[in-house]
Amino acid sequence: MAAAVSIQGVHKHFGALHALNDITFDVPQGSFFGLLGPNGAGKSTLINIMAGLSRADAGSISIMGHDVVRDFRMARHSLGVVPQELVYDPFFTVREILKLQSGYFGHGAENKAWLDELVETLSLSDKIDTNLHDLSGGMKRRVLIAQALVHKPDVVVLDEPTAGVDVELRQALWRFTKRLHDDGSTIILTTHYLEEAEALCEKIAILNRGEVVALDSKQGLLSRCPYRTLHLTVDKKTDKLKELLPEYLQLLLVETHKNEISFRLHKTEHQIGDVLEALKNAGLIVVDLYTEEAGLEEVFLGLTEFVSKETAEVAG
Amino acid sequence: MKAGSRAYGFYALFAKEVVRFLKVTVQTVLTPVVTALLYLLVFGQALEAHVEVYEGVSYSAFLIPGLMMMSIIQNSFANSSSSLIQSKMMGNLVFVLLSPISSLEFYAAFTLAAVVRGVLVAMAVYFVAILFIDLPLAHPWAIVTFAILGSAILGALGLVAGIWAEKFDQLSAFQNFFILPLSFLSGVFYSIESLPAAWQTASLFNPFFYLIDGFRYGFFGVADADVGISIMVSLGFLLLISIVALVMLHKGYKIRG
Repeated sequence: MAAAVSIQGVHKHFGALHALNDITFDVPQGSFFGLLGPNGAGKSTLINIMAGLSRADAGSISIMGHDVVRDFRMARHSLGVVPQELVYDPFFTVREILKLQSGYFGHGAENKAWLDELVETLSLSDKIDTNLHDLSGGMKRRVLIAQALVHKPDVVVLDEPTAGVDVELRQALWRFTKRLHDDGSTIILTTHYLEEAEALCEKIAILNRGEVVALDSKQGLLSRCPYRTLHLTVDKKTDKLKELLPEYLQLLLVETHKNEISFRLHKTEHQIGDVLEALKNAGLIVVDLYTEEAGLEEVFLGLTEFVSKETAEVAG
Repeated sequence: MKAGSRAYGFYALFAKEVVRFLKVTVQTVLTPVVTALLYLLVFGQALEAHVEVYEGVSYSAFLIPGLMMMSIIQNSFANSSSSLIQSKMMGNLVFVLLSPISSLEFYAAFTLAAVVRGVLVAMAVYFVAILFIDLPLAHPWAIVTFAILGSAILGALGLVAGIWAEKFDQLSAFQNFFILPLSFLSGVFYSIESLPAAWQTASLFNPFFYLIDGFRYGFFGVADADVGISIMVSLGFLLLISIVALVMLHKGYKIRG
C-alpha cells in the first residue's frame, strides 16, 4: 500500500536559515500521525510544502501517490488542511463559504448532502446563515474544519487545532478527529499539547531545528525513556525526610514533601524491592506507593534538549 | 470523493469575486456612478458653451464615453486589487491556494469578475446620463470591444498590483501614482488634438489613451487614432499584463512562500 504522504529529502531555506534539512519519512495510510516539535522546528513549513502553500528548495512530497508540484490538482484533492490561524472571509456566511469552498474543488449541488452532514456533525446548524465575522472563536474553528473537509480528502492535516480553544470544544474536536480516523482518513496532527498526541497518535515524528530527531510508534518513543518515577508515602511527616535516607536513595531522589517521597528509577538497574528494603532499614514504613511511567513530554524534552545542547556545544 | 469539474472550480472563484462586490454595491457600484455623474455635471456645465471637440457633438456628450471608460479603468482595477490584498492581509487567500484551482483559472476568475464590475458601473453611468443627454451609438461593436478590453486590462493589472502589494498603502500608491494620472491624462476630458505636439506624442505612449479613444469611436464614429491600431495596442497591453500576472501566479510570487 502506498504511503498517504511520502516526504523525500525535503530542504527549505529562508535566507541563511536552513528551515528543513533533508526531511524524509512516510505517513502510512489510515494512520493517526503526530508531527511534534518546539516552536520554529519546521512543522508548519513542512505542512505548507505538503499543501502547496510553499515550495521546497529540493526534494519532493507526494500525497496518496500524487506529487504536490507535478500533479498538484490530484494532490490537493487528496488533502484537507485545517490552518493554525483563525482566518475567515468576512464577506460571507457559513453556508456561502462552504458552498464556495466545495466549488473550488469542482463540486456543485451533488455535494450538498455531505456539506449538510458536516454542518450537522460540527454543530454549525444554528449558525449556518451567520456571517463568519460574527462567530465566536470556537465556531470559527469549526468552520475551518468544515472547509478543510468539503471535498472528503483522504488525508487531513490539523495544524494546532486545539490551540486556544476551551475544554469542551477540545473534547469535541478530539471526538470528531477520532471519528474521521475511524472512517478511514489519514490524520496528521501537529500540537503543542503532548498529552493530546499521546492520547490520539499511533506514530509520531519529532522535528527539531529542521531535522527529524525521532520517528517511531508512540510505544516505541515511550520506551526510549528507561526511567520511571516511584512515588511513596511514609509514616513520618518531617521536613528533614531527606536526611533520614541512605546515600544510595538520595542519589535517586527527585523530591520530598512532608511524608511524600519521589524517586527516579532506571527500569532495569533499580528494583522497587531494594528501595523498600532500604527505607525499612532507615526506619521508614511505607503506607502507600504508585509508579509513573515516562510520558511523551519527557521523551520529547529529552530529544529536543539533547539536540539543542549538542548543537550548542558544536557551535561553541 | 473523486476530483470534481475543473470548470466548476473556476466558476466558483469567479462567482465569489462577483458576489463579494455585489455585497457592497453602494461602495462598488453606486459611489463610482455618482462620482462620474458629478464630473459630468461640473465639467459639462462649466465647459458646455465654450468647448466643441467634435463637430456637432456637445461637450457633455463628448464627456460621457470618457467618464464611462474612466469608471471601467478605476473599478476594474479596484475589484481585483482590493479583493486580493484583503484576502492576503486577512489570510483567507489560503482557502483558494489550498484548492486545485490553477494559476490560469485564478487569473481568469479575478479578471472576469473585474470585467463584470467595470462594465456594470459603465452601463449604470450610461443609462443615467442618457436620461439627460442625447448620445449616438455609431459602432456598438467598438463600445463592447473596448469596454471588455479596458476592464480586462485593468482587472489583470489589479491582480498584478494586488500580488505585489504587501499593504494597503502600497496599493494606494499604485492607484494614485500610476492608474489615476494615466487615466486623467488619456483624453477623458479632451481630445489629444487640442494638446501641444509634445503632449500629443506623449499621449500616444499612454495605453489608456487607446482605450478611451476607441471607446469614444464606438459612440461618435470619430477618433484621434486609427481604431484598428487602438485595438492592437490594447490587445498587446492586455497580453503583456496577463503574462506578467500569470508568471507571478505560477511562481507563487508573494503568495506562496
